[in-house]
Amino acid sequence: MKHEKIETNAGLLIIFTLIVISIGGLVEIVPLYFIDSTVEKVTVAGKDTIHPYTPLQLRGRDIYMREGCYLCHSQMIRPFRDEALRYGHYSLAAESKFDHPFQWGSKRTGPDLARVGHKYSNQWHVQHLTAPRSVVPESIMPNFPWLIKNELTYKDIEDRMKALKDVGVPYSITEKEYQANVKRFGKKIAEQLDINHAEQNLLAEETKNNYDGIPGKVTEMDALVAYLQVLGTMVDFKQFEEDHFVKFR
Amino acid sequence: MSKETKQTVQTTGHAWDGDLQEFNNPLPTWWLWGFYATVVFAIIYWVLYPTFPIGRSYSKGLFNNVTYTTSDGRTVTTHWNTRALLMQDLEHAREMQKPYLDKIKKASFAEIAKDQDMRAFAYSKAKVLFADNCAACHQAGGAGVIGLYPNLADDSWLWGGSHEQIETTIREGRHGNMPSFKGRFSDAQVADLASYVLSLSKQQGVNPASALRGKTLFEGQAGCFACHTKAGTGNIALGSANLTDQIWTIANVPAQHTIEGKQAAIEHVILHGVSRRMPTWKGRLSDTEIKMLAFYIHGLSGGE
Repeated sequence: MKHEKIETNAGLLIIFTLIVISIGGLVEIVPLYFIDSTVEKVTVAGKDTIHPYTPLQLRGRDIYMREGCYLCHSQMIRPFRDEALRYGHYSLAAESKFDHPFQWGSKRTGPDLARVGHKYSNQWHVQHLTAPRSVVPESIMPNFPWLIKNELTYKDIEDRMKALKDVGVPYSITEKEYQANVKRFGKKIAEQLDINHAEQNLLAEETKNNYDGIPGKVTEMDALVAYLQVLGTMVDFKQFEEDHFVKFR
Repeated sequence: MSKETKQTVQTTGHAWDGDLQEFNNPLPTWWLWGFYATVVFAIIYWVLYPTFPIGRSYSKGLFNNVTYTTSDGRTVTTHWNTRALLMQDLEHAREMQKPYLDKIKKASFAEIAKDQDMRAFAYSKAKVLFADNCAACHQAGGAGVIGLYPNLADDSWLWGGSHEQIETTIREGRHGNMPSFKGRFSDAQVADLASYVLSLSKQQGVNPASALRGKTLFEGQAGCFACHTKAGTGNIALGSANLTDQIWTIANVPAQHTIEGKQAAIEHVILHGVSRRMPTWKGRLSDTEIKMLAFYIHGLSGGE
């Protein structure tokens, strides 16, 4: 093909440019799909400890994305000493394998949230999300006062789970899929991943934990705090030797 | 365009709009050599560091010599990777801090306070730990938020202010709970109770008759004494507040300038109750870290 033909044809030039610049990305990313250790295997007593979010946590994640939390908060603890001391164990690839899209982020205006789960009480989160400066005077985080007022919409929770199922998250519809989850995650988790009972599971989790402190009302705060409280808690690092995850790199 | 340029510089031969031509200059020599240098750098890098995918694994590079020792004493040598480097880094820090931490682990609080080295080390470590773990609720200086998080810099301690008691609070967490008394008393009775509570800390302007009626309720039928004691001094085993001092942790009495406002603040607590939970830190921090934190927090107010 003559050089002149490419130079004088904008469409062709765009196509060839795209091919050339994708090579750089492809050679870096494609092999990761084939290398066994990219996503670490994290099992305790034969069960996967990292599981998809429960229906309530999933709605919380949706709100996390709606409010744009990822614009200021990363969820990726890098393997450096200062980060290990401040945030805890470095993030594993496996910990975001069910996230679509993942929330690693690249901007830390606020602190990293990868292991914020169980670090503060529910009450603290409610107070902090509603009025951050009432607990952290130097904070520049915006107020999110509507979270506690807005009732959570969860009628579409089944559709949301089905959409994630379509991209490979192991939520179950059939009995066979449910049994596979029981085998993989244990019965307690498998029940939470059953799309057929999504709505009742969501309500039961809210009733049991009452994250927002308002009994009998399912607010967006319930969902968001449920999500924040599970972040980084699925792997119990005490079950592994401190350098267990080195061998995956 | 000068005449000479036209003669010496080649063009690509393309012409647009009749006479718009494109020069074909060679790349500057420095740029070309720079480019070759990056190619050579890449080849050296491929050999030294983990790079190429091979089947379901990848080349590990020639730097197969990152050696680290874990805290339980296993020595491991592995190929170059950031997770191994972190282990090395943590090991280095552990070695540097070990003499201090060992000493602090064994020492009593009094010994830490006396020894300049231990005291300085504990303070600087605990200051960072406090900022990461405690300041979110109790604020950077430990002043807390009235109604929500107890003040650690005053002389009032719900769960006890000795070094050991603070240590237990951090390690095990606490759950303070006062039930709501809504519907159990008439409005007048709640007002009497509030008057009595205010009179305990000698607030100005309390109606003495009302306070007297409140006292009977407090020590009898209302059952307040069960947690707050008959004298109203609180019980550190339950985390119930001392009502006789002028320090307030739940009801924001100091912010109210009128006796009616103060009454209302107390009545609100009686009617709605309080439930506050401090999380446990034993899984997150080591015993020695908790000890240093207790030492630091005790120092914020001078403790008890």
